[in-house]
This record gives sequence, structure tokens and C-alpha cells, in this order.
Amino acid sequence: MRRATIDIWVGIFVVAGLVALLFLSVRVGNLGASKLQNPYELSALFDNIGGLKVRAPVKSAGVVVGRVEAITLDSATYQAKVTFRMDDRFHFSRDTFATINTAGLLGEQYVGLEPGGDPDDLKPGETIKKTQSAIVLEKLISQFMFSSAEKGSSSNK
Amino acid sequence: MMLEGITAVFGGIGRGVVDAVWRLGFAARFLGMLLWLSGSCLRRFNLVMREIYFSGVLSLIIILVSGLFVGMVLGIQGYEILVRYGSESALGAMVALSLVRELGPVLAGLLFASRAGSAITAEIGLMKATEQLDAMDMMAVDPIARVVAPRFWGGVISMPLLAAMFSALGVLGGYIVGVVMIGTDPGSFWSQMQANVDFRQDIVNGVIKSAVFGLAVSWVAVFEGYDAEPTAEGVSRATTRTVVISSLAILGLDFILTSLMFRG
Repeated sequence: MRRATIDIWVGIFVVAGLVALLFLSVRVGNLGASKLQNPYELSALFDNIGGLKVRAPVKSAGVVVGRVEAITLDSATYQAKVTFRMDDRFHFSRDTFATINTAGLLGEQYVGLEPGGDPDDLKPGETIKKTQSAIVLEKLISQFMFSSAEKGSSSNK
Repeated sequence: MMLEGITAVFGGIGRGVVDAVWRLGFAARFLGMLLWLSGSCLRRFNLVMREIYFSGVLSLIIILVSGLFVGMVLGIQGYEILVRYGSESALGAMVALSLVRELGPVLAGLLFASRAGSAITAEIGLMKATEQLDAMDMMAVDPIARVVAPRFWGGVISMPLLAAMFSALGVLGGYIVGVVMIGTDPGSFWSQMQANVDFRQDIVNGVIKSAVFGLAVSWVAVFEGYDAEPTAEGVSRATTRTVVISSLAILGLDFILTSLMFRG
């Protein structure tokens, strides 16, 4: 079989298409983003997770150290059980404090970890004990309104 | 007199519906035949290569230029809106998401239908009008295997590659306008893009969309050509129908696929 001039053009076309796909996956998408190395699991119980979603980042001091793997409701305590996959390079002390924060005013929610002073680290599979729930704006406003209403009524007496 | 007019109207509607269903059934049987007879053309791959050249390589210019300009327009419009909320750093994410999810596959599909689909229909229709297909049949060469199947597979293979190039050039166009011309920060342009575009959710789904559109456009194009009335007028009407039907099919399928993929 002879090679035809069409073949080189089709070859260039296919290569260009594959390069475009590669560009999309690595440069535009998150395939080239740094993967978690040998991830291990941690979990935490929150009273309220607000708008936290699966795959949301877990950050410590602003650095991404893991991702939210699963969110379920613990049927015994009626708390939200959030499971994280953590990068193996980072370990946290046993009294680490987990909070749910919002990036910016309207940004996505993420889990923040603040390490404590315990010399022992959390082992894979362990549960973070100290947590703080997401701030729900409606609750804050209603608390504020009720407390100011109480103040108003008590000062009237 | 009055009654006759009314019955004529309803008769016309009925005939139209029956005719449309009939054509749809024939088109489905035609697709089955086409897939059944595709084996020989996939073994003689140079036939398909030739069609990839005609419908893919020759569509490159219009796809690349349109992609670049669509990306540049997205860059300008996105910047105008985002800067009001002080979040022009999200420009990259906006441009990339709208291109990869929707505009890339859909616009590339529409361009492909009018650039390559119409040409396929006209070619096959003209072959039928000049009795070349019948002549092949006489020589015991199946025209579906020899003429139709390579054109179908050429379109199916070309379309996802063209859509990927459209999206990639669009992102570059957005970069040129957003970063080079307007001067938003290149670091946040790319990092916001990478943080928000998910490989599985956005890019793979975009490629699936463009593959489905490629199948739909190629199917409509070869069927309309094969089913064309063998006259000059019939071929011209078939070509018009290809562009209209495949454009509507792309938009309808896009709605269905989007609601399946991105719901919730």
C-alpha cells in the first residue's frame, strides 16, 4: 500500500485534535493538578455542614491538604459525618480543630483544620473530636433579632 | 364545500405525520444496514481516511477561526459582567466552562453540519441522481458499504476532534482578550480555570456530547443524501433538510444530554 498525501493531512488533523484534548485536560481541566499522595482517611462530626459539598477542599493555613470524600448523616447522633481524604505528607495532632469556612463572601465552602498542641498525630481512620459548624446566616440574624427584641422588652419594664 | 376543505386540511396533516414516521423508520433501518456493512470500510481504512480529509481537515479553517473569535467575544463579555462584581479573576473559569460544556460541542456541531454535512448529502444525492449508485449495485458493489459507510465514519471520527480544537482555540481566544489585551492576572486566569473545570464532569462530558452530535449529523447527512429525490431540485431540498434537521437535532440532543449530565 502506498502512502498518499491525504494521509499526512489526516495525520496532522488527528494529532492536532489529540493535542487539543490534552490541552483541555491538563491545562484547562484539573487532570494536571497535583494529586493527593497516598491519601489516608479522616472523618469529623459536625452539627451543621451548611453548603459543604463532596470534593470541597480541606485546607490548613490556606494550603490544600485534602478533599472531602463523603458526607453522610450519623443516624445515632443526627450529626453530619464528613469523611476526608488527606495527603500523606501532612499529619495533624489529635486535638486538631475542624471548622467549615466560606471562601470570600459568596465563595465555595471548605473545611479548615487548625492543629493543636497534642504530640500524638491523628491516625488514619480516626475522627476529629473538636469541630465548629458552618455559620448559617439565617440563624445568626434570628439570634440577633430575638436578642435585641428581648433587650427592648426588658428595658421597657 | 366547507367540509371538504376541513377534511383536506386534516388529510394533509395525517399524510405528513405518516410520511414523517415512515421516513424515521426507514432512517433507522438505514442506520442498521450502515452499521452492519461498516466492517469492510473499516478494514479498508483508506476510504475512511479520505472522508476524514474532506469533512475534517477541510473544516479546520472555519472551526479554528470561529473558536478563536467565540473565545474572544466570551472574554470581552465575561469581563464586562464579572468586573461589576469585582470577580474578573473568574474570567478563565467562565470562558473555559462555557466552551467545554456547551459552546464547543454545539457550535462546532452546527458548523460541521453546514460545512461537511451538507457537502456529504449533496455528493451522495448527486451520485444517486446521476445513477452512479445504481451502477455500483449492478457491479455487485454495495453502495452503502462503498460510498455511505466511509462518509458516515469519517464524520463520526472528525467531529469530536473538531470540537476539542474549537474549545482549545476558544480558551486561547479568551486568554488573548482577557489577559493580553485587557490585562487581568494570568495566574488567576489559569488557576481559577483549573480549580473549576473538572476532568470527568466537564471535559469527558463535552467529548461525549460532541461524539453524539457527530453521530447525529453524519447519520442525517448520509440518510438525506441516500433518500434524496434523484433530481436537481430533490438534491437541493435534501441538502437544505440536512442542515435544518441536523441543527435541530444538535440543539435538542444538547438539551437532553445537558439535563442528564449536569443535573444537580
